[in-house]
Amino acid sequence: MSLTRTLVAAPAAALGTLGRAVIRALGAAGRLTLFALAALSHIVRPPLYPREFGMALLHIGWLSLPVVGMTAIFTGGALALQIYSGGARFNAEAVVPQIVAIGMVRELGPVLVGLMIAARVTSSIAAEIATMKVTEQVDALVTLSTDPMKYLVAPRLLAALLTVPLLVAVGDVIGIAGGYAVATSSLGFNPVGYLANTLNFLEPLDMLSSLAKGCAFGGIAALMGCYYGMHSGRGAQGVGRATKSSVEAAAILILAANFLLTGVFFSA
Amino acid sequence: MITLTDLHKSFDGAPVLRGTSLHVPKGSSMVIIGGSGTGKSVLLKCILGLVTPDSGRISIDGQDATRGERDALLSRFGMLFQGAALFDSLPVWQNVAFRLLRGPLRRPRREAREIAIEKLRRVGLGPEVADRLPAELSGGMQKRVGLARAIAAEPEIIFFDEPTTGLDPIMAGVINELIREIVTEMGVTALTITHDMSSVRAIADRVAMLHAGKIRWEGPVEEMDATADPYVQQFIHGHAAGPIEALR
Repeated sequence: MSLTRTLVAAPAAALGTLGRAVIRALGAAGRLTLFALAALSHIVRPPLYPREFGMALLHIGWLSLPVVGMTAIFTGGALALQIYSGGARFNAEAVVPQIVAIGMVRELGPVLVGLMIAARVTSSIAAEIATMKVTEQVDALVTLSTDPMKYLVAPRLLAALLTVPLLVAVGDVIGIAGGYAVATSSLGFNPVGYLANTLNFLEPLDMLSSLAKGCAFGGIAALMGCYYGMHSGRGAQGVGRATKSSVEAAAILILAANFLLTGVFFSA
Repeated sequence: MITLTDLHKSFDGAPVLRGTSLHVPKGSSMVIIGGSGTGKSVLLKCILGLVTPDSGRISIDGQDATRGERDALLSRFGMLFQGAALFDSLPVWQNVAFRLLRGPLRRPRREAREIAIEKLRRVGLGPEVADRLPAELSGGMQKRVGLARAIAAEPEIIFFDEPTTGLDPIMAGVINELIREIVTEMGVTALTITHDMSSVRAIADRVAMLHAGKIRWEGPVEEMDATADPYVQQFIHGHAAGPIEALR
């Protein structure tokens, strides 16, 4: 009797746990969606705070350039070495320029820039807004008749939507340059031929997909930082948890969005 | 002026306000006392719309505060937060003039700066502080800047949340005097929450004691010491023994 009861109770408890987890996840997805819609609506409705927007452009765009450049140049160089040694197994060493170009522009450029922005910008936004929340600065904004969504979220989101595609474009170019430098200096490629092969091989759709991914990843990175910052718990632990969760969520959503967008652009 | 009727608010099933009712007359300085965790800050946040009560009514000048234009309502308020809540990224004068640099009360930048410096002077700070960042100021100076920000837009109602917390007794006395002077001079309606009895005696016209989510006692400050209410007596004398349970 007791064994039967255990056999029934254990799966029921597991199902209950699973059900609660699904409900929690759906609730979180719903809250996040509503937050994203509210944030997007604030971008197109005045007032826009020019000083905050300018600061966000500087922090998200300009100050991310060094880390994006370093990431891209080393990745492009490593990619050239990998393709050369891998291609040598079936006498295809000559495709290095084409594969570096397509690899950087379609995938590695947007994804690595997105992840770098998640690490650098999402964490910074989440920590800043969470600290403001914990120290009642967000409440102070409200009492000063200023909507935190408009003052804190909209400028950062708009700046990320505009600057991350540009960062991706810069990352693509620097990544290709990294591959070019390695290929022409140590793999024996002709510089003119390498560039010609790169330019001839890339299509407008490749570049369009790269920019579209940059826009989507920038939006995700900024939204996650703002969302977790605005919903931070109390104290230093709350700020730490908000920062960690924002980066985790941004990284996972960027990779998931990359998969979906790759399917949209290149499934045919 | 401010009337709270039967306010209830719970967080995750734990009741904080359990039918709080209070009237704050126009032009008076009401101080709410009570132990930590009794719902004083929640009460202030309900009035400001930062927290939505589960039930009950909040009216200001007879108008339901939860309906109508929120910005218009908030433009009548000033607030000094417990930790001052100054914006880290802005210099002191821009913190003080925050409301005057944006929104419906926007003024030219130079004029807003002049007003900010005048308000800083009113709270005892010189113009040399104006361009510093909040992190460069002491706790007492930050409170003064918070006070200058609260009065910058000439509000009709000012809230003070634990105005002397974290300050030494002398600085606490200075802040209490400043608050009293400003409230009298501007003729505003003031609502202060504190558990500092020196603040109560310096600031209050009337005192209300919040305990277990309800107003336990309310009356003029002169009557506070004479009341027979054992909760008030225990609180104002700081006795460990009495009807208010203290964790040991």
